[in-house]
Amino acid sequence: MTEVQQVNESADVIEEMDDGAEQYLTFVLGDEEYGVEILRVQEIKGWDKVTAIPNTPHYLCGVLNLRGTIVPVVNLRARFDMEEKEYTPTTVVIVLKVEGVTQRTVGIVVDGVSDAHNVSPEEIRPSPDFGTHVNTEYIRGLVPVDDKMMMILNVDRLLSVEAIG
Amino acid sequence: MSIDISQFHDVFFEESFEGLDAMESGLLNLDIGAADVEAINTIFRAAHSIKGGAGTFGFMAVSEFTHVMETLLDEMRNGERDVTPDLTNLLLEAVDVLREMLTAVQQKTETDDERIADVRQKLESMLDAGSESVAGGDASVADVTTNKTEEKEATPKGWKIDFRPHQHLLQTGNDPVRMFRELESLGELSTTVDESKLPPFSDLEPEDSYLTWQLIIKGDIPKDDVVEIFEWVDDDCDLVIEPLMEAAEEEIVADQAQPEPVVEVPSEPVKEQTSSDSAAKPAAAAPAAASIRVGTDKVDSLINLVGELVITQSMLSQIGDNFTEEMLPQLIDGLAQLERNTREMQEGIMRIRMLPISFAFNRFPRLVHDMSDKMGKKVNLKLSGEQTELDKTVMEKIGDPLVHLVRNSLDHGLEMPDVRAAAGKNETGTIHLNAYHQGGNIVIEIKDDGAGLNEDKIYKKAVERGLINGSEILSPEKIHELIFLPGFSTADVVSDISGRGVGMDVVRKNINSLGGSVEVASKQGEGSSFIIRLPLTLAIMDGQTIRVADENYIVPLISIIESLEVKASDIKQVSGRGELYPLRDEYVPIIRLYDVFGVEPDTTDVEEGLLVVVEGEGQKIGLFVDDLLGQQQVVIKSLETNYRKVLGISGATILGDGTVALILDVPGLMTLYRDPSAAIPPQINDERAA
Repeated sequence: MTEVQQVNESADVIEEMDDGAEQYLTFVLGDEEYGVEILRVQEIKGWDKVTAIPNTPHYLCGVLNLRGTIVPVVNLRARFDMEEKEYTPTTVVIVLKVEGVTQRTVGIVVDGVSDAHNVSPEEIRPSPDFGTHVNTEYIRGLVPVDDKMMMILNVDRLLSVEAIG
Repeated sequence: MSIDISQFHDVFFEESFEGLDAMESGLLNLDIGAADVEAINTIFRAAHSIKGGAGTFGFMAVSEFTHVMETLLDEMRNGERDVTPDLTNLLLEAVDVLREMLTAVQQKTETDDERIADVRQKLESMLDAGSESVAGGDASVADVTTNKTEEKEATPKGWKIDFRPHQHLLQTGNDPVRMFRELESLGELSTTVDESKLPPFSDLEPEDSYLTWQLIIKGDIPKDDVVEIFEWVDDDCDLVIEPLMEAAEEEIVADQAQPEPVVEVPSEPVKEQTSSDSAAKPAAAAPAAASIRVGTDKVDSLINLVGELVITQSMLSQIGDNFTEEMLPQLIDGLAQLERNTREMQEGIMRIRMLPISFAFNRFPRLVHDMSDKMGKKVNLKLSGEQTELDKTVMEKIGDPLVHLVRNSLDHGLEMPDVRAAAGKNETGTIHLNAYHQGGNIVIEIKDDGAGLNEDKIYKKAVERGLINGSEILSPEKIHELIFLPGFSTADVVSDISGRGVGMDVVRKNINSLGGSVEVASKQGEGSSFIIRLPLTLAIMDGQTIRVADENYIVPLISIIESLEVKASDIKQVSGRGELYPLRDEYVPIIRLYDVFGVEPDTTDVEEGLLVVVEGEGQKIGLFVDDLLGQQQVVIKSLETNYRKVLGISGATILGDGTVALILDVPGLMTLYRDPSAAIPPQINDERAA
């Protein structure tokens, strides 16, 4: 296991912001920047070969062993119909908690993690139906960060059993 | 002092159900006429503890019902009553009712009051009718009455306590005043002191107690709470605690109650009490967590193993602290020891989940007893290998298939006594249930000496149902296999014993889902036997690793028949799509794994790969793979925890290097082979379309 970085520990340190702001972990896919709630993140680990599952969509890379449990891994580029890219040393798997009928653990492959941001609820703008690769159904909102724009993902929808089947 | 006794409910239920099982098997073994006192005692004791437990926990309906049974059993025990078939059957029925009542209390569901009242009525009329001496009968009934009064009025208006301390009470360090204070904390207390025994002042011994009290405490107080206060002085005083009634007359009436009111005791108030009980503490109603009783010897041996493991670990870390090359042999030894410890520990922990199969077998004496009576057949049930252990989960799931098979043997297998006699057989048929270990499997045999499978009838039925066309010639074994096909049932009349539309296909499916198999062997006129093979545990299995392209898969070893190299010329093409391989006297369809799994193989040339012949649901198929790798034990992990069920894959496992390998599911592969579109679950299909 390479470059295992326990995010959980840092999550404990984060104090509840007075204005109800939440922390988001941002990661990049090509030029686009995405965010997920940091408390959803279980672990970030370097890309390693996974075991493919037959007869599943192309964006499901396969499953990996996360300390004894079998965790499916979704290639987010493929999921969003972006062009394929070689895995580089910065390619990481972000392991997320997904709430649904049951709580599940799912990994996503992204180009790299970039930062953590505090975002207060009023900063989040609704997402218009703009022409990205991503179905806006999976985007909870947009947040301007510095001079860029961060898309906050709706993890529960994006990684529901039906959506990653 | 308040202890939440609801925490002991689970234990009570567990013990009670065990007690009921003991009563049941005891009753079944009772010899009619000549009753073995020890056997009756066992039954009596079980009833007694259920009654006591139920009383303690406030399940009054249960405790009252058991009391009537107990009275009857007591008379049997004392030889006042002969053991007759009617009596044992009635008691068996009562055991059933009691089981239902306990289940209802446990699950907080409604009881079948009518049935309870009915059986109770029968028990009571048996009590009234059969008593040898009138006095004895009356006494037992009166006993029922007073008991009822006490228990039913567990929460009466209050208690009347007649407290007469012996003279030396104060010397024992007990202080009545303190006890009264304690009582006062329970409810409204009024005391009347009787000082008539008080001697003249000159004769008074300050350390003696002369006073007696009449205490009346009002309120909704459990009797136990009151008794508890007097617990320490029990031997040093005369104590009478009576429930406080609205009017004194009523009390007297209740004490002298005649038999009629007892019989008519409506279940209404009882029910009310249970329901209010359940309403009061819904938190305690949480479904009982499954538990296992483990012998202390098993736990002790595990503790020993843990001890050894700790020693090995410290030895290894010592070696690691200042490691030099000379210590290599030591390290290797240490690792070997670690491996042994780990394996022993694994086995030890598996053993904790193991229960003797008698848990599953024990229900059969009753089943056979009831059914043979109903059908007028004479049956001798033989059980052997009851101590054979298997995993608790497997045990729970094998129960229903076993019941089905035994019922089938009774209903279809064994003939009526006259038919048997005509065929020159003993009138009494035998059903033999046997269990033993074989390799890593447990084998369960259900064998009868009945008529055996009627091959002609099965063949005709299969043709009739369109399962085969009438032109095929089948070996007897093949014909026997037909009974496992879905939609096959030869029962001409749907009886309530078998032939409910749940066929042998379901039995086979259930057993297959446990990773086991079921076979039948039969000889017409001599009987048939069903042989079930099951893995000892569901968590670990023996697997054969195979390779297709650069993916490794695990095939359950139990399903593999053989692996072979094949010649391209042997393979027969069927209408351009399917391929068949002739294996001895049958044709086996070939599934090219790379095809159904959509991966790039090393080779598509059958001569360069291998054919692994596997069996699932009674059908053989040949899996075409690139290579065979090693055999190993694998720990089964679920894919469904975080993903979903994948057709053709039964789970996953983690290999020694930490990577994941998928475990193949043979029946699933067959489905996938027949219909590749089945791979995508419908709801996901919708999502993709959208």
